[in-house]
Amino acid sequence: MKLRTLTLGLLSASALAFAAHAESITIATVNNGDMVRMQKLTDDFTKANPDIQLNWVTLEENVLRERVTTDIATKGGQYDVMTIGTYEVPIWAKQSWLLPLDKLGADYDAKDIIPAIAGGLSVDGKLYAAPFYGESSFVMYRKDLMDKAGLKMPDAPTWDFIKQAADKMTDRASGVNGVCLRGKAGWGENMAFLTAMSNSFGARWFDENWKPQFDQPEWKKTLQFYVDLMKADGPEGASSNGFNENLALFQQGKCGMWIDATVAASFVSDPKASKVADKVGYALAPDNGLGKRGNWLWAWSLAIPAGTQKADAAEKFVSWATSKHYAELVASKEGWANVPPGTRSSLYANPEYQKAAPFAKMTLDSINAADPTHPTVKPVPYVGVQFVAIPEFQGLGTTVGQLFSAALAGQSSVDDALKQAQDAATATMTEGGYIK
Amino acid sequence: MARAVTTQHKTIATAAAWIVALLIFFPILYTIITSFKSEQEAIQGFNLIPSGTFESYTEVQAQSGYFKFFLNSVLLSVGSTILALLVAIPAAWSMAFSPTKRTKDILMWMLSTKMMPAVAVLFPIYLIFRNLGLLDSRIGLMVMLMLINLPIVVWMLYTYFREIPGEILEAARMDGASLWNEIIYVLTPMAVPGIASTMLLNIILAWNEAFWTIRLTTTDAAPLTAFISSFSSPQGLFWAKLSAASTLAIAPILIMGWFSQKQLVRGLTFGAVK
Repeated sequence: MKLRTLTLGLLSASALAFAAHAESITIATVNNGDMVRMQKLTDDFTKANPDIQLNWVTLEENVLRERVTTDIATKGGQYDVMTIGTYEVPIWAKQSWLLPLDKLGADYDAKDIIPAIAGGLSVDGKLYAAPFYGESSFVMYRKDLMDKAGLKMPDAPTWDFIKQAADKMTDRASGVNGVCLRGKAGWGENMAFLTAMSNSFGARWFDENWKPQFDQPEWKKTLQFYVDLMKADGPEGASSNGFNENLALFQQGKCGMWIDATVAASFVSDPKASKVADKVGYALAPDNGLGKRGNWLWAWSLAIPAGTQKADAAEKFVSWATSKHYAELVASKEGWANVPPGTRSSLYANPEYQKAAPFAKMTLDSINAADPTHPTVKPVPYVGVQFVAIPEFQGLGTTVGQLFSAALAGQSSVDDALKQAQDAATATMTEGGYIK
Repeated sequence: MARAVTTQHKTIATAAAWIVALLIFFPILYTIITSFKSEQEAIQGFNLIPSGTFESYTEVQAQSGYFKFFLNSVLLSVGSTILALLVAIPAAWSMAFSPTKRTKDILMWMLSTKMMPAVAVLFPIYLIFRNLGLLDSRIGLMVMLMLINLPIVVWMLYTYFREIPGEILEAARMDGASLWNEIIYVLTPMAVPGIASTMLLNIILAWNEAFWTIRLTTTDAAPLTAFISSFSSPQGLFWAKLSAASTLAIAPILIMGWFSQKQLVRGLTFGAVK
């Protein structure tokens, strides 16, 4: 009895001593499949680092953005690792809000990160966030409907071809819409798509002197084409459709084509979730022969706020979560198709991954086709393919998104929407001191 | 004939009441139904008959651990309510029994603080919490929730206290009761129904508060509102899981409301006909 009491006492004391010694880091993240999977696999990290405990805060994307912005701007210190995107990284790094990631370890192989993604997460050659998963956008289409229409989707289609194919595939009686595109207002919703699309039409948000360009013919062509295409071949109520709504439509066989994030490929090709899983083909985002395609570039990435007291432990975790070892861990537990895509070149060179993910090559080609530092046909003073990496863009992008969504819904004309967008952008840029 | 007309009116009124009640309750009902669907079913349009799967509940529990959030919700809503009553009972007493010519203005001013959008004071409050080391602390959040609901609590208690004749308190004073004894032993027992309904309403308001409880917490003090918000996803299917999380979050307060509905209705309509 005495021995048992003594043993229990010793165990409790050592547990307490361990708890007192263990360092806990708080990680703020979004709720998506890859992130949830990572939370389940963290035993691998804590076994190798028993002195580090992990606390997770999972939030809806917009709430997360607001929370981490508040925390980082006030140096609240609530988080040690933050999940942020390619929009935030250049802005926050320039404000010295993030720590550069220069201690990721000898075997981390930072050069393996896909150059387009690394470029979007670096400032002055220094990496400020490590990509957890990356994406571009491309065309997902129904091969059976394309055959029925007597057409063949090229690997790199033009917008005119997309229009022609959409017209032929639309069959309202059977509930098939030729094309499904984002219409829901928001800088990360319809404006992600429309800004990327406008690049391929030769449009840009601002000229070299930060003067808004919505009064130029390129934007008129972009928005008119989009509204006409959606009116003729898009689903009903498209102005309230975002990623999830279009995903549901496509999985139910109600879209001939869908141009959206490359990560959608794993959802639409999943036979458990998609009725059309075996009929999906992929192609690069369309262009107009001007040298730029309508695809975007995004990476959910892990960054360390400058206010953290636990930088070393945080960097160890970031290194683990974005390493080649983590990709292998996911592959061993859940198969290669579930490895977070779009971050490392080595993944796309892996024959097992190529076999498990038929969309792998097209995803990599799409990512490589995006250039965040030279996103447009004409020169621009900003970085970002489907956004403008300035703090004012979140608010302005959403305002313009609401105007364009209203044009799609038929509540205003294309000309009115563009005029109001020009006025709103001019006011914001003047107020922000960009236009003197 | 008159009786027939009265019965007909009653039937129509009852039917109308049922329709209105169902309309109000329908979103909650549909959330509960959706929580028993698979993710694929949940997005396939309007459907009132679920397949009856528990998979969303299992996933929600495995992913987030409901009970930690539940415990925080209980502590925060009950704790903030007790704090609010401790402050509001003396305040309402003084306004009800020793009014000045500015009492009405003070009451209106207190209520007007509820009209300000919370986000307008997010930064100052966040900085105060940071400087006092109260971020992600239950005590800090209890004080915050108490302050948010204080105007309503004071208003409700003031209305109840006004119904109690001042002469009874005077008699207690004549018998030598101190101010403290007067409030504890005379006023409070007489106002128990009013205090109880105020308490219930305040618990519900604190339980449902989402703006501050999500923004001032991370892990230790996060209540069920933070639990729900973690199931929304920008890319992927989440409606069934979100519905299961919402059902789990509202179930305790729904059950509490069901059992205490008489007190709640009585409290809310107290003095309404005067």
